Amino acid sequence: MNTLIYTACLGLFGLLAEIFNLRKYLIPILVLGLAVIFSLNLQTWNNSQTHFNGMLSDSNFSTAFSGLALFIMLIILILSGDFYTSTDDEKHISDYMAILMFTLCGALMMFSFSNMAMLFLGIETLSISLYVMAGSRRFELKSNEAGFKYFLMGSFASAFLLFGIALVFGVTGTFSIDGIGNYMRMHADKLDPLFIVGMLLMIFAMLFKVSAAPFHFWAPDVYEGAPSLITALMSTLVKIAAFAAFYRLLSTCFVFALGKAEIVLTISCAATLLVGNLVALVQDNFKRLLAYSGISHAGYMMLAIISIQGSTDSALFLYSVGYAVASLAAFAIAITVFKSTGTESISGFNGLAKKNPLLAASLTMAMLSLAGIPPFAGFFGKYFIFSEAFRNGWQNMVFVAIISSIIGVFYYMKVIVAMYSKPANEFEIKPTFAYQMVIAVCLIISIVLGLYPGVFTKLL
Amino acid sequence: MLTLILLLIPLIASIIALFLRGELVKWFSLVATISQLAFTVYVFTVFKAPNAPEVTNGLLSLNIDWINSPKINFNIGLDGMSLLMVILTNLLMPLIVLAGFNRNQERTHIMYSLMLLMHFALIGVFVSFDGFLYYIFWELALIPIYFISLNWGGVNRATVTLKFFIYTLAGSLLMLFGFLFLYWNTASHSLSWVDLTMNHICSCKQGFIFWMFFLAYAIKIPIIPFHTWQPDTYSSAPTQGTMLLSGIMLKMGLYSLLRWLLPVLPMGTAEYTPYVIAMCFIGVVYASVIAIMQTDLKKLFAYSSIAHVGLIAAGIFALNVQGIQGGLVQMLAHGINVVGVFYCADIIINRTGSSDINTLGGIRVLSPRFATYFIIIVLGSVALPLTNSFIGEFMLLLGLFEYNSWAALFAGLTVILGAVYMLRMYQKVMLGDVNENVTVFEDLKWNEELVLATIAILIFAFGIFPKPILELVAPISEQIYRLSFVR
Repeated sequence: MNTLIYTACLGLFGLLAEIFNLRKYLIPILVLGLAVIFSLNLQTWNNSQTHFNGMLSDSNFSTAFSGLALFIMLIILILSGDFYTSTDDEKHISDYMAILMFTLCGALMMFSFSNMAMLFLGIETLSISLYVMAGSRRFELKSNEAGFKYFLMGSFASAFLLFGIALVFGVTGTFSIDGIGNYMRMHADKLDPLFIVGMLLMIFAMLFKVSAAPFHFWAPDVYEGAPSLITALMSTLVKIAAFAAFYRLLSTCFVFALGKAEIVLTISCAATLLVGNLVALVQDNFKRLLAYSGISHAGYMMLAIISIQGSTDSALFLYSVGYAVASLAAFAIAITVFKSTGTESISGFNGLAKKNPLLAASLTMAMLSLAGIPPFAGFFGKYFIFSEAFRNGWQNMVFVAIISSIIGVFYYMKVIVAMYSKPANEFEIKPTFAYQMVIAVCLIISIVLGLYPGVFTKLL
Repeated sequence: MLTLILLLIPLIASIIALFLRGELVKWFSLVATISQLAFTVYVFTVFKAPNAPEVTNGLLSLNIDWINSPKINFNIGLDGMSLLMVILTNLLMPLIVLAGFNRNQERTHIMYSLMLLMHFALIGVFVSFDGFLYYIFWELALIPIYFISLNWGGVNRATVTLKFFIYTLAGSLLMLFGFLFLYWNTASHSLSWVDLTMNHICSCKQGFIFWMFFLAYAIKIPIIPFHTWQPDTYSSAPTQGTMLLSGIMLKMGLYSLLRWLLPVLPMGTAEYTPYVIAMCFIGVVYASVIAIMQTDLKKLFAYSSIAHVGLIAAGIFALNVQGIQGGLVQMLAHGINVVGVFYCADIIINRTGSSDINTLGGIRVLSPRFATYFIIIVLGSVALPLTNSFIGEFMLLLGLFEYNSWAALFAGLTVILGAVYMLRMYQKVMLGDVNENVTVFEDLKWNEELVLATIAILIFAFGIFPKPILELVAPISEQIYRLSFVR
């Protein structure tokens, strides 16, 4: 809970920085602040408490995911220093930073909600901040389109969520997840149809938020149009937050009712895996490629959701960490390349290996990790999710996931082939110091986790 | 402990090689691989063929917890079969490194670092006794060779290597599915080799899982119809890459059949053996016929390699001691010979600029010493008595005869067809009048001579005195045979 309050304070500080003309020092102060909050967050480990009359509750689950979210935001902030460099950006930097902090607040609420109201508040805080950030390049048509599209589709999904919450409330008479969980346990054999409809509506809303097929259509356009750094934020923090909330929602409120939703979840999972990987094959824009790759990763994480009875939270967390560090490294490199070449197409990476072998090797590692090839963290995340799903009897889904991983390798290799065997273009590409650091840190985490994933496998 | 050192030498060398430049890195790699070879010789002398690999920590094995849940151990060790493959790898690596001397290569430090990394991964595949660890090394071996072929390869390398990568990775992922299945279906929930060979999986499920593993290995070996990546990759990869691929990497597939398929899924194996053997023989005949028609030197050797490994795979699937033992011995022989033929092909292509056998001819007149080495290697690969392939092929034929006399007839056909295309190739390329394309043929350089002489000596040494190798693999062949029997 303290994590949430301090983060909100940082957000307010961001707004105040405008008045006191502290814009220059804003990012370093926020980075420092987040680092402090990160270490404070660790203190809640094994120290479960409920706050605000049962509105929020800390648990190891929320602590672990909060830590990850703080880490991702820290990286995003470090990257933002060299990203927002135009005069227009500098004018608005304090607004941007404040909104980013509030995004993080929303995510933190989604990890520790124990009341439906807080779930909704968390999702809305996160989403509204993102609608603004996606459209924050005011003079670019695509950015406007992204913000607008995301807003329309997102509010539609929020309405579904609200309707679902209302129906569940109508049956159970409570917003608290413990109350709903109790109702579910007591009536597990004879659930009210309205309860099930409410549950399904909430599941649909969450599937939208995690960009699972067939609710994924917003993702590629929004990812492409939004500023690259915000795309990085959406494909890591937002996706992970949505999955954690999804997991928490289902595991606390609906575990015994999931039999009714099984068919929905399995079809969505298989469709997400196949659509994400197949459509990614034909993408030329790197951001769209990562968007579809993100959709396919949502499919792998859905495997953890459908095998939720076996408590797959550790697997989900390990996967999230592996996915986040690889994606952040890939985005840090991509932003550098976009800036130098002025194009977001994969051809911008042509011949990168000749111009900057180290950068090319780094992107190769990130891509191999995303493709799930050992010894990187991405492989272990995938392995543990597959293993857990297998244990819980989802062999067929694992098989689908294996087939789609094979397809997935194609488009990750496309980037690698472009870097290593296409003739180089004339642009010089050199990441700034902050970017180099971020790339190095992310890849080191990926490799260390790949070599010793034991720390996270029985964490939760 | 000794196994760990075998594993660490190439890894450390690979890291050091990144920081060296130019010619120095070649010399360094040579020293590293030769010291690895020397250490292997030492391990060979202390190795006293235990019947089962030691599970606890001992002189040769190491078993420590790596990940608690799911249970994965860092379990490495050596038995006769592993040691044989380690010997093959470590014998060939110095030769492969030596083949790169006197050649202009860009960014040598990265190339040799990748080669040494590959060396590390290959040793890892051969000494792992935990399925998961084995899988990691198996995948790890793919990455360096992909980048070697992609960066230093010939025409069309991007498409060809991508096909190779996706093809083999597809196989590996199916194998991963197989391992997941085994993990959750064995009583002990472990992937340690000893536990896996004692599983009791219902025969109804073994058949399906058999194909998960077999496809991975069939692609790697390759067995027809899963071979389409191989000829292109062999001809577009740089010579050292081809030597690594054909000499060692494809042995990973054959070795894995014996280690992770036959003893682990005996009922599935028994069910599908006839189909597999039929596939192998179709492959053998098909590849031999293509090799006879082939005019491209490298592709001819690639297809001949498919034919030879097809015979080895068939012998292994004959499921008797002779077949398994012959397969093991032949793996060593084939590794040495195939590296020899590809190196000869490279010497010819490098000097004449042509790989079409119709535009070559009469090289013997220009370089009699090269001709002598080449004929020794050619005779080695057609399994002439007193050469190394003879023992292996003889035992394979014996094993297949025991399985089915018709099978032995087909297997005999490979030997005959092999002689046809190899000798025909030799005649066209080396004998006859000097072709106008081949007016100058520079004599062998010191490193080329050294590599070829070593291979020639090895061909005769193992052909005349195969006893140590036979003794090394006899106990393990017995053991694999026993384990491969339907429980």
